[in-house]
Amino acid sequence: MSPVLAITAGALFAAGTYLIMQRLLTRIVIGLGLIGHGANLLLLGSGGPPGAAPFTDQAGQAMSDPLPQALVLTAIVITFGTTAFLMALAYRSHALTLSDAVEDDQEDRRISEANRRSAA
Amino acid sequence: MTAVVGLLLVIPLGAVALTLLLPKLVWRRSVSLIASTATLIASVAVLFGVDGDGPIIVNVGGWEAPLGIALVADRFAALMLSVSAAALLGVLIFAVGQRDNDRAFPSFHAVYQTLAAGVVLAFLTGDLFTLFVAFEIMLTASYVLITHRAGPEQIRATMTYVVVGLVASGLFLVGIGLIYAATGTVNLADLSVRLAEVDPALRTAIGWLFFMVFGIKAAIFPLFFWLPDSYPTAVAPVTAIFAGLLTKVGVYAIIRTQTLLFPADKPSTPILLIAGLTMVIGVLGAIAQGDIKRILSFHIISQIGYMIMGLGFFTVAGIAAAIVFIVHQVVVKTVMFLVGGLVENSSGTGRLKEVAGVLHKFPVIAVLFLPAALSLAGLPPFSGFVGKLALVQAGFESGRWLVVAVSLFASVLTLFSMTKIWSGAFWGTPTDNLVRAPAATMVMATGGLVALSLVIGLAGQPLLEIATRAAGDLLSQESYRAAVLVSGS
Amino acid sequence: MNVRQSLLAETGSRTVVPTIFIVSLFLLVVGHDAPGGGFVGGLLAGAALLVVFLSGGRNEVRTLLPLHPRSLVGLGMAVSITVASLGLVFGSSFLDAGKITLDLWLVGEISAGSSLLFDVGVYLVVVGLVATVLMELGRPEESAS
Repeated sequence: MSPVLAITAGALFAAGTYLIMQRLLTRIVIGLGLIGHGANLLLLGSGGPPGAAPFTDQAGQAMSDPLPQALVLTAIVITFGTTAFLMALAYRSHALTLSDAVEDDQEDRRISEANRRSAA
Repeated sequence: MTAVVGLLLVIPLGAVALTLLLPKLVWRRSVSLIASTATLIASVAVLFGVDGDGPIIVNVGGWEAPLGIALVADRFAALMLSVSAAALLGVLIFAVGQRDNDRAFPSFHAVYQTLAAGVVLAFLTGDLFTLFVAFEIMLTASYVLITHRAGPEQIRATMTYVVVGLVASGLFLVGIGLIYAATGTVNLADLSVRLAEVDPALRTAIGWLFFMVFGIKAAIFPLFFWLPDSYPTAVAPVTAIFAGLLTKVGVYAIIRTQTLLFPADKPSTPILLIAGLTMVIGVLGAIAQGDIKRILSFHIISQIGYMIMGLGFFTVAGIAAAIVFIVHQVVVKTVMFLVGGLVENSSGTGRLKEVAGVLHKFPVIAVLFLPAALSLAGLPPFSGFVGKLALVQAGFESGRWLVVAVSLFASVLTLFSMTKIWSGAFWGTPTDNLVRAPAATMVMATGGLVALSLVIGLAGQPLLEIATRAAGDLLSQESYRAAVLVSGS
Repeated sequence: MNVRQSLLAETGSRTVVPTIFIVSLFLLVVGHDAPGGGFVGGLLAGAALLVVFLSGGRNEVRTLLPLHPRSLVGLGMAVSITVASLGLVFGSSFLDAGKITLDLWLVGEISAGSSLLFDVGVYLVVVGLVATVLMELGRPEESAS
């Protein structure tokens, strides 16, 4: 795996991880997209040296491994679907609450409040 | 027989296509119900075929392993398929009985059958990447089901669920990338041969990465936080099928990959430690809650601990016990959530403070709840007892006293939290909000699954025998490799 | 919904959209042994729908499609699954592909595989999905209640 590919994948993971820690849904969606891209790059890099065509009809010609490319294509299709779904979800959340932020869990809040009250 | 294994995929996918095309609700319902029944029949047929004649291999597209994608039905997969198909059918009947599920949401049956197809593919696949695809099919369908009819609270809870699921999928892809770079294959049978030649340190690292990925889906300690947050917000049948199936598919993947790719010849202390913590923390969380569905959600986590414990022994007895326990859990967990749904359906709430006296107002719900609850706590003669007894025996054989003691302690706490639901919701003077009598179809669907769990309890011995043969196959690996790698040639 | 239609976008889309559709069909047809295929073709057709959506709005997209997007997905899946299970019927494996070669007198020899039919299904599914996304996300803003 070439260093450039490795560093890019790492950077994508770092940025994606940072973004999904945020409260805003739009950032989370973008963060997940970046993580997906990072994973895809890693997958692509696992297939050995790049630069040649995956299929060729001439014997003896350099060929790169077609399998990781097929895997990446499948993964991209899946990411495409889930990203569309996430955007729909973010849109719905915005329409319902007029805010883009993810709230704390209601039940957790209720329990922690009860604890605070009993402690006081 | 290979055609039947192919049919197992064609049936749910065909049902998806038809239910998307058919304009009338009645037709969609019939197609969906027929498809689920057919899946159940086909899986039981495969189970008997596999138990008699050994694993069935389907080389998809005629490409032989390790080049092509192989579908492998061995005893473990067939057993899981049969019990999952039963749970899927039961919950589907319940959902149809509840009426408003598929009426308000035209694509309900299509999405439900997609989920079924994903589950079937996850059990059948003999290929790591196809396992990823199966997980995605299953999870994407589950994302849609959990958001259907969602208000602001559900959207928030689902967001956690979806984001955690997608992060796990990203890590899964990373794992596949690493394993492919190390070995040059993603076929499970081929991997089990080639991974043995890989540097042990690298192999351990990849092993733990996969343990973590599937651990997120299975909700083991400390990766369970998303589950009690999101599951209770969905409608009852959806929560029931999630609780009964999805985490168990994660456990299935853990057991499959750990035994086939990263085998150990002695009990694994880290895995047993995780198992013990999962059991105790899950059940402690359950005790702290005051809502039926949330109590049950924490119980899912606790019970996952038992399955992981069985794996952690790495003995035939341990894994056989884990398999029996999973089979019992798929049925009983589904029943518990359906009963929780029945209570909610009658009263409009599942909070123990706001509902009481179900026993007096609707005794049928109590009758359904009691055997399932006692089975969950592991009392004889119910199905949970068979699994737990086998686990305890396996623990003694391996000489791991501590984790066995922890598991018994967690069982007592489980019984305690069941009595909490029982005394909270079922005893006492009936509250005014108990107005809607449960529909006959919903009661029948739940009752059918209760009967199945009773049968599992009574037929404990034959089940344990099949599970022991399945565990033997898993641990020896040879039968799996031999079946996949030479088939068709 | 009050969409201000841009004359430029509308006129432009009238020439661009049919062209994209034809290229997408081309990709679909050559896909069985050349770069292309149902997914890429479907995405390209989806891009054409996007252009229609941008220039004419949601209703334009709906009138352009012969079926409801959901039925389009269903039809596509039905086609693909039928082709995939042909292998089961003819005794070979699930998803197995067959191929026929026709010698058409003037046109020359053409060959087509069952994978082409499978790709037609994939194409329909992808177009249906993109259309669903456009229809659902392109809905006029709902107010919070």
